[in-house]
Formats: sequence, structure tokens, C-alpha cells
Amino acid sequence: MTVAENEQVITAHGLRMRYGPVDVLHGVDLRVHRGEVVALLGPNGAGKTTTLEILEGFRKCSAGEVRVLGVDPDHGDEAWRARLGIVLQAWRDHGKWRVRELLAHLGRYYAPYRRPFDPDELLTLVGLAGQANAGVGKLSGGQRRRLDVAIGLVGRPELLFLDEPTVGFDPEARQAFHDLVRRLSELDGTTILLTTHDLDEAEKLSGRILILVGGEIVAEGSATELARRFSGKAEVRFSRRGEFFTEFAQDATGYVRGLFARYGDEIGDLEVRRPRLEDVYLAMVREAESRPAGVAA
Amino acid sequence: MTRHMTYRTAAVAAGLERGWIEFRQTMTSVGDVLGWVWPSIIALIVMYALSDSTVPGTSFSLGSQAIPGILGMNVVLVALMGLASALTMERRDGTLLRAKATPNGVLGYLTGKVISQAGMAVAILVLVLIPAAFLFDGLDLYSVSSWLTLVWVLALGLAATLPIGAVLGSLLNGTQSLGFVMLLFTGLVAISGVFYPITALPEWLQWIGQAFPIYWLGLGMRAALLPDVMAGAEIGGSWRHLETTAVLGAWAVIGFAVAPVVLRRMARRESGSKVAR
Repeated sequence: MTVAENEQVITAHGLRMRYGPVDVLHGVDLRVHRGEVVALLGPNGAGKTTTLEILEGFRKCSAGEVRVLGVDPDHGDEAWRARLGIVLQAWRDHGKWRVRELLAHLGRYYAPYRRPFDPDELLTLVGLAGQANAGVGKLSGGQRRRLDVAIGLVGRPELLFLDEPTVGFDPEARQAFHDLVRRLSELDGTTILLTTHDLDEAEKLSGRILILVGGEIVAEGSATELARRFSGKAEVRFSRRGEFFTEFAQDATGYVRGLFARYGDEIGDLEVRRPRLEDVYLAMVREAESRPAGVAA
Repeated sequence: MTRHMTYRTAAVAAGLERGWIEFRQTMTSVGDVLGWVWPSIIALIVMYALSDSTVPGTSFSLGSQAIPGILGMNVVLVALMGLASALTMERRDGTLLRAKATPNGVLGYLTGKVISQAGMAVAILVLVLIPAAFLFDGLDLYSVSSWLTLVWVLALGLAATLPIGAVLGSLLNGTQSLGFVMLLFTGLVAISGVFYPITALPEWLQWIGQAFPIYWLGLGMRAALLPDVMAGAEIGGSWRHLETTAVLGAWAVIGFAVAPVVLRRMARRESGSKVAR
């Protein structure tokens, strides 16, 4: 791993957010390295958007230390802002503008910092080339969202924030969007922090998942790591002489090796199933939600 | 410093483009244009019906006398109320937050907003003036001095009213408070001598009217477009150019001092939760 890859793009320590008497975040710690795609996964109201808004410099946290691209977001200047791409939830703005016109216009603000994306190239990339001259207010929900993503990308950001990017997408649009995120990450090395309440999406897109429930990170790791950590045993199904068995094993590979060593050809219909992250996640959300607020895990 | 300037210059240039785009959007939308000109159209119709009445003590048509005041009222409506309502709406629909997410975006956004709103105020003044010139006799439209006076009064009037619009647009929350301000505006129009000489009002109301830009824009427009003898119907029997400059100038100075502070504070407080979903 080179130094650049190891560089921390986001570090947050002990992030707290209090609205009046209500604590929305109690002590969130997170780190994102350059080039990573990290998903902040959690149910609605877990504090995902608040966390993102603090990192984007739109909201001042009540307590804690934050550094985004080496700068405290609350004091981030415009040169710092030019390095970020932001896709917030639910935009309704610029309804009278035309798609290409808006993208070209917003690109101008980045020009003194670096060469912005060519609007036509970007529209092709997000699959909106056919809508270049359409009114922004006339786009469908999914098209509008893709325009939002295009706007987030127009300044070629080093770090891209995506807040619930695929809400309202049909499966096809979702697939296209996932391909786009992968492409950005792999080809351009863009660091991406996205929020989602869709576990499947977090699993597909990100190298690392942070599970945020009730204002704190309750678990962190790759999809496989999380699944392994929270439910150690894999399910092994097989048949032996026509009889079917279901066993649970910590070390599934070793268990299967043992099966073959003992029974050889007698074993058939082998199936090894890792615990599904979904089960783990739902259990975690249920557990956290049954706890009184503010009590650490 | 120079690099910093380059970034801001680019944002202002982008803002000019933004202003032109939004000006074009409004002016090519029949609904939007009608929304701005209808108060004047109604006023023109009423004044046309009153064409036979004369300004007390003169033989000049009361209808013609009211035209410049209507134009002045319109400038305040489009520049001040227009900017205030645009800012209020666009804080809610996420436009301002979008600007905040863009480097120097708020500067560009505000530049664009001021340019487009000022442009609309001028365009709508022309749109009302053209039919008025055909319908009403006695307007002095054929001398250079008329147009020079019109231009400086208009420029000073925009400088006086746009910052107030920006401040109101930053402080108001939603359509209800906007409606309240609209009510105040209507009340001020009534005591600003727009339709009928202000000298007909009790003196204390005249003083209130003279504290606000609507009266002075109207007076300046009358100075530009009415024959000089009509100055006799004004307070002090004069067009009072000096006072016009002083009052509108004072509003502009105060506005340009206060507006940036209020705008900065407002922009800083914008976040996703303020945006209506």
C-alpha cells in the first residue's frame, strides 16, 4: 500500500450532535482512506444525514473532532469545497433550467480550481445524454437523481458524498448507478462516502460498511467480515447415502474437508451457506432500537 | 490575493450568466410576465377610466398623472418583493443549498439573482410604459432629459430597493410572512401618492410615506415623464431632486451595509433540514 492510498481523507472522532434536548449522534468515530468506497448503513433516523452534513460543512457538530481532506469542515474555505462533490437528498431546485445548461453553468465555478467535466461527457456517463435539452423540472425521479449525481461530479471531486443516492430508482437505474459508482472508484480513484438504508446496496458498492444505529456506529467492516463476526457459524447442507443433513460449523472449509476425508464419494448435494448479512443487520437494528437511547453498546 | 480574486471573478462571471439565463426564463414565460404586470394592467385600466378627471388645480388628466407613480411602484414590486420572494422560495427548494455546495456558489447565486431581478424590473417598466404611452396623453417621452432623469432615478431606486429585498428574503420563512410583507407593501403604496397626489393626505401620513422608497421612486418618475408645470402639484411645488437622491441614497447605503451581513448569516445557517422535502 502506498502512502497516498493510506492517506486518511476523513477522520472523525467523538462526533456528537444535539438538537435541543435530543442527542442525534453520540460519539461517532469514523475514518475513510483515499480511494475507499464506504457505506454508512442504518435505518431512517439513525443520524446518517446529520453525520454527512457535518462532514460537508453544512452543520456544526456539538462536540467532537472532524477533519475532511485535512480541514475542519466548519472552517473549510472555497478551495476546500471545490475538492468535494455533494449529492444531498431530495433536490427540487432549478426546475426551469435545462439539464445541460445547468451542468455547464455549475461547472464554471470549478474552472479556476481544475478543469471541470465536459457537460456532454458527464451526461453520457450518467445516462442522461438524451435529456440534455429537457427541462430539469420535467425529469422523472430517477433521471433527476442521476442529474444530481452528475452535478456532484462536475468539479471532478476527490471526495464524493452521496446521501441515499438510489431512493426511488427502478432496478435497472439502480444497476446503472452501481456501475457508475464502481467506475468512479476504480478509474478515477474517487473516495466515496454514501449513506443507504439498503443493505444490499451497501454490500454491492462499498469495500467497507459502517452500521449506524441510534446515533452511533455499532459495527464496521467488509460485508464478509461483518457477517463472520456477528454470526460465526456457516450452514453446511449435504446428503449421505440419500439422507439429508444440516450442520453449523465455525470453520466450514475444515468441516467439509473432514466430511470428504471420512465419507469420500458418499457425500452429495453439498451446499455451504455463509450467514446472510441481512439477518445480522436486522438483528443489530432490532437490538439497538430496543435499548434506551444514549446507552452505549 | 490575486488567485483569490480570480476565483471570485469567475463566480461573478458565472453569476452574470446565471442572471441572464433566469431573466430569459422569466421573460419567455407568459405566465411569469403576466404575474408581474397584472397589478399595473389593472391600474392602467382604472386610470384610463379616470382620464376625464383632472389633477386638482390643473387641467392635467389624473390618469396620465398616475402613470409614472405606477411605474415606480412596479420597480419596487419587482425588485424588492420579487427578490424577497425568490430568496424565500429558493431557500426552501434547495437552490441556495446547491449554491452553498459549489465553490463561491453563494456569490454567484446572489449576483445572478440581483441581475435577473433588476433586469426584470427594467423590462417590466418598459412593458407597462409602451401601452401607457399610447393610451395616455401628456407624458413627456420625447426629450433626452426625460430619459436621463428616468435612468438615474431607476438606477438609484434599484440600488435602494434590491438590498431590502435581499434582507427580507433572508429573514422571512415561507409564504405566510411573505404575504404579510405584501400587505405592508400595499399599505405603503396607498400612502405614497402613487395614484393620487400625496398632498391630499393628512400631513403625518405624508411623513410616513416619505420615509420609504416607493414615494421617491414615484416622484422621480413623475419628474422624468410629466411636464414641469406638474411639479406644482407636489409637496413644496418642486420635483425635489436633491431630496430624492438623499432618501433613495440613504436606503441604498444602509441596505448595502446591512444586506451582506444578513445574507452571510442566512447562508451559513442553510442546511438540508431547512429544505422542504
